[in-house]
This record gives sequence, structure tokens and C-alpha cells, in this order.
Amino acid sequence: MTDWPLWEIFIRSQNGLSHKHVGSLHAADAKMAIENARDVYARRNEGISIWVVRSTDLYASDPSDKETFFDPAKNKIYRHPTFYTVPPEVKHL
Amino acid sequence: MYAQMVTPETNGDESSPELAQFQARIDAGDTIEARDWMPEGYRKTLIRQISQHAHSEIVGQLPEANWITRAPTLRRKAILLAKVQDEAGHGLYLYGAAETLGVSREQLVNDLLTGKAKYSSIFNYPTLNWADIGVIGWLVDGAAIMNQIPLCRCSYGPYARAMIRICKEESFHQRQGFEIMTVMARGTPAQRNMAQDALNRWWWPSLMMFGPPDSQSPHTAESARWKIKLLTNDQLRQRFIDQTAPQADYLGLSIPDPDLKRNEETEHYEFGEIDWSEFYNVIRGNGPCNTQRLRTRRQAHTDGAWVREAAIAYAQKRAKNSK
Repeated sequence: MTDWPLWEIFIRSQNGLSHKHVGSLHAADAKMAIENARDVYARRNEGISIWVVRSTDLYASDPSDKETFFDPAKNKIYRHPTFYTVPPEVKHL
Repeated sequence: MYAQMVTPETNGDESSPELAQFQARIDAGDTIEARDWMPEGYRKTLIRQISQHAHSEIVGQLPEANWITRAPTLRRKAILLAKVQDEAGHGLYLYGAAETLGVSREQLVNDLLTGKAKYSSIFNYPTLNWADIGVIGWLVDGAAIMNQIPLCRCSYGPYARAMIRICKEESFHQRQGFEIMTVMARGTPAQRNMAQDALNRWWWPSLMMFGPPDSQSPHTAESARWKIKLLTNDQLRQRFIDQTAPQADYLGLSIPDPDLKRNEETEHYEFGEIDWSEFYNVIRGNGPCNTQRLRTRRQAHTDGAWVREAAIAYAQKRAKNSK
């Protein structure tokens, strides 16, 4: 007998933030995954909405490509507001 | 200390550039994630440590479940049910963390049921009276928290995150135990005696939870270098005793150690010799309940087989019909 498929669990908390990955669990189907996720990851009112995704349906960036993949964003510091000098006497900028 | 005697695997590829880079990341305080490069020794040691921890959570339900039907009030029963359900949840977080390292759930469960994998020695002791439930929360969960808080900062991300969730929940476990002890210690003489009797039986096994003394744990260095063990067994044990002894004073119960006394200079408690032959005996399978615990787990697994199979069959049928 092989394991039930693995599911990744995402929960949105009360405070209006987006769904956040909280962990994984095994379940035979999506309905069971949602029910089990409630018992495993939301025993203390941690959430008001649950998403479940089959782990095999999740694609991730390659950790060994991390540098070439993310570095181009690093030297574009002009994308941040702190790059610019604001004269002290100017307000609301 | 839910994982007591994890012997780390050593690295065959000691001098590879990947290994040097890996160690540099750990030294810099980076978190290692599931798909990052890691030495085989790190992976195997973590699988062993995390799964031992998971098995302990699962087997740890049994001594407490013994009292669910006999809890003295509805309030206590509701609390105990919630606590035992938490332990199941903790086991599942940890199995999930172990599986990110490439081992299957089926393999992990089989290793427990065949006796190949270990779980904490503490769960091989029986719960003889209601005060045992108080002592387990107070001492056993107290010792668990002591060990798990540093692990929230360990180098492996999925393990550290599981530890954070567990520590948040574990605090309720310790407090409900101490509350039971408070009520019994202030109750009738008979209740007081039960509380003292439970403390007498669980004190030494609780100290053994932290594992053998550092002088007999030659492999700690490797795990410390990898930041999957952040404090030594003796350091954790000392902290636990320093924290717990004044709590026993508050309860008016006496810790069964004639050598226990506070050293005013060091501000630490000194304590008597631990009987390590008892510890090794329990680890080897000869504790009071080893056979019973494994038999119960195996029985539960066998009895649940048809449910697991039926759920899969049902899911497959529904998937086919919806096409």
C-alpha cells in the first residue's frame, strides 16, 4: 500500500493577508486535504480560508540558479524611493 | 531530546567545494532549504533526528490517552483531548519536515513499527494515577520545550518552522500540567500523596530525556557544526533543573534527590548521580512499556489499513467519474 498523495497547505489568517504556506500533509483527495488541514494547521483559529495544492503540481525556481536569476534586481537601486534625495523643506513627497 | 541518541553520519566528501560553501552558509546563519545542496551526512542525520522526534510525538499520545476516559472532570477531559490531538499534529508537522529530505511517510512509519527507528525513552513509562498527567505536562513537556526552543533557530528551514509551531502550542501543555499539580498538591492528603508519588516516579526519567552526559556523547560536535543541535545534553539538563526546582518548592513537593541543592555562588542547582544503566536499558527495549507501546501502534496501523485503502479507492472512483 503506497502513501496517499502529498498536498501543500496555504492558509489565510484573519488579518486580511494573502494565503501563506504552512506545511504539507497526505490525503486521498482535495476534500480530505482541506478537512485534514483544518485539524492539523488550524486548531487555534489560525485561518479563515484554506487552499490545498497537490505537491506534484507545484513548480519551483532552481536554488542553484539563484544568483543569475535574482541578481539582475540587485543593482537597480533607483527602483527604491530611498535612492532619491528630497530637500528637507519639501513636504508630502 | 525527543531525539536522544542521534549518531551523526560523517561526510565522505570532506573537502569538496560544495561542502565548504555549505558550511560557510551555515556559519553565516543562512537557512538551508529542501532543494539546496547539502552533504549526505547532514541529510541522513536530520532524517534520523526529525523522524525520531516525530515518532516520539506519536507514541507520546499513548501514556496520556490512557486517562482520557477517566479524567476527573469534563474540563480536564476537554483539555486532555486537545493536548493529545496537538501531539498528533506535532507528529504530522515533523513527518512533513522529514519528508522534504526525500524519505517517504511509508518508510518512516515502517521504521517505527519494525522497531528500527527509536522514540524518546520517556514514553516507555506507565501512567499509573491521574497526577501522572499533571507531571507529564509539567516535567515532560517542560523538558521538551527546553530542548525545542533552541531548535527554532536550527539550520534546516522546514525543521525550524515546525519547531516554531510546536513551541507555540507546547506552552499550553506545560501550564495545564502545572495546574493539575497545583490543585492536587493543595488538595486532600490522598491527592497530595498521589502528586508526590507521580513526581517521585517521573523525576529521574525526565532528566534522562536530555540524553547521555556530554562525556558519553562523542558525536555532538558534528551536529553542533551543522547547527542542528544548539546546546549540549548537559547544558539543557542543567537549565531544566534550575527552572524546575523552584516550581517544586512552590508546589510544596519534594524532588526525590537528596543531593539536590542550590549553589549560591554559581546560581545553579547541583544534583545527584543519574542511573544511566536504567536509561540504556529502556533504550534497548526493556523499559516497563516498550513492548506495549509498539504493539498498540502496530495494532492501530493494521486496523486502519482498510480505511486508507478505501479512501484511495473512493478518490480514484470520483476522479474517473468526473472525467
